[in-house]
Amino acid sequence: MTFTAGVKKGVLEVQEYFRLLGQIVRGLTSRPIYFRDIIEQFDAIGIGSMTVVLLTGTFTGMVLALQSGVTLDQFGARSMVGRLVSATMVKELGPVLTALMVTGRVGSGIAAELGSMMVTEQISALRALGTDPVRKLVVPRVLAGIVMVPILTVIANGVGMVGAWIITVTQLGVSGGVFWNSVVQGLYIQDVWMGLIKPFFLGFVIVTIGCHVGLRTSGGTQGVGRATTNAVVAGSVTVLAVDFLLTKLILTLLY
Amino acid sequence: MATHDPDAPVIRFVGVSLAFDDKVILDRVSFELLPGRAKVILGGSGVGKSTVLRLVLGLLKPDSGEIHINGERVDQLSEEALMPVRDRLGMVFQEGALFDSLTVRENVGYKLFEGTSMPIPEVDARVMEVLGFVGLDEFVARMPSELSGGQRRRVAIARALTAKPQILLYDEPTTGLDPITALTIDDEIIKLRDLEEVSTLIVTHQLRDAFYIASHMAVREQGALRFVPASPEKMAETEFLMLKDSKVLFEGTLPELRASTDPYVKAFLE
Ligand SMILES: Nc1ncnc2c1ncn2[C@@H]1O[C@H](COP(=O)(O)OP(=O)(O)OP(=O)(O)O)[C@@H](O)[C@H]1O
Ligand SMILES: [Mg+2]
Repeated sequence: MTFTAGVKKGVLEVQEYFRLLGQIVRGLTSRPIYFRDIIEQFDAIGIGSMTVVLLTGTFTGMVLALQSGVTLDQFGARSMVGRLVSATMVKELGPVLTALMVTGRVGSGIAAELGSMMVTEQISALRALGTDPVRKLVVPRVLAGIVMVPILTVIANGVGMVGAWIITVTQLGVSGGVFWNSVVQGLYIQDVWMGLIKPFFLGFVIVTIGCHVGLRTSGGTQGVGRATTNAVVAGSVTVLAVDFLLTKLILTLLY
Repeated sequence: MATHDPDAPVIRFVGVSLAFDDKVILDRVSFELLPGRAKVILGGSGVGKSTVLRLVLGLLKPDSGEIHINGERVDQLSEEALMPVRDRLGMVFQEGALFDSLTVRENVGYKLFEGTSMPIPEVDARVMEVLGFVGLDEFVARMPSELSGGQRRRVAIARALTAKPQILLYDEPTTGLDPITALTIDDEIIKLRDLEEVSTLIVTHQLRDAFYIASHMAVREQGALRFVPASPEKMAETEFLMLKDSKVLFEGTLPELRASTDPYVKAFLE
């Protein structure tokens, strides 16, 4: 592929993505709305991602406590470990790691599912039977993404803090009271906002990219494989980029 | 729409052209399908037969030309405006395209469950009725993954029939089926054409089935359904359309097709 052809393809891809976003907005604001599919997706995306988020959150909290302990010892400030852990977890690692795990699990799943529906003409069949695939398939997933990813993030933060508490008490020899006091001191209301705004947008980005890639799948089974990979790669990179932009924006606006 | 003449074509292509990137698939293709008639689209693999059906459904838009359904021009309609047009069309996709997350019952009843406020027991009765047509009533609770290829195809036909469409589009309905099963599907197509006045567009490679459909008709005698050799007038109601190199190479009835002197048509028939 020549350079210009590559640019053209990229521009087309972005254009199609924004067209999908327009259709999603229309699907969210007018009937028909498929409530049963929405409930199903809340379950599939939210409950289905619970295990992986619990594990990631716990281990992240534990390792943060260990690392912070080492760093803080250099300043003789081991008792402040809770502060470091809570600030890092709530503002950055909770949202980003949850989003990355959801990208791996949900973004890829959506791309594979919609992609195989695309190559087996099920999407065409939906349209032929009078159903708009965006309303039926995309809108429920987007709703589930923007509601469940923030909730999953809060859960990840919670178990992360518990993991950090266990490590702090058992490995660092800091008392539980001191740890939790320090956790609370480390958190400002803006941090909490940042920790909730980010996953809302990240959830949106992950799901819409998964849907976009899935609905543009062509080329049979191989195409589905490619779509799945693309959804994870594009999703992960975009999560990190959007996280950076949101951080910059929120720091400017709220702090 | 309201002033649509009942004898006017239900499907009309006027100089329809379509290219994917630089590859011309259809070049100024024109044809008509009259109400209650059947048209069999023949042609080599990849010539654009399925594409014609996708154009009828509005799943693809032509680059130029006009497509009319029931006298209404549809090739420029938005997706939303197309939905009422699609209500009158039933499509059997090449590989069935059953929703694999739904049971046979949910697949077959899909349009009535989602698109109408018909009470559930009535939908279920209709589902059992159309599954009965294709001889699969005992499979109603299965998932599509638990069906054989031929059974999936028959479920797809049942799904297309559920909402009683006025026009049926079949994409290779008998390909890959054993001759006996294929024949039951052919009979179903004939029955719908002759007894329900369904206008039919069939894409197929299976000449045997195409010829059978053109040369037989369904009659009801004292309540019993029989398939008998078609009268010459009846035979003239099913036409053949052969595509080659993105153009219409031949259009005519079965006797005309058999009498064609075109070397490609001749080769195709052998
Ligand atoms: N979305 C697409 N993008 C690019 N090319 C396409 C697309 N869909 C179909 N084609 C090409 O258009 C041509 C016609 O496709 P179509 O599916 O209509 O063929 P067909 O006559 O139904 O063939 P078959 O008998 O094998 O089913 C093929 O050469 C195919 O490669
Ligand atoms: Mg085809």
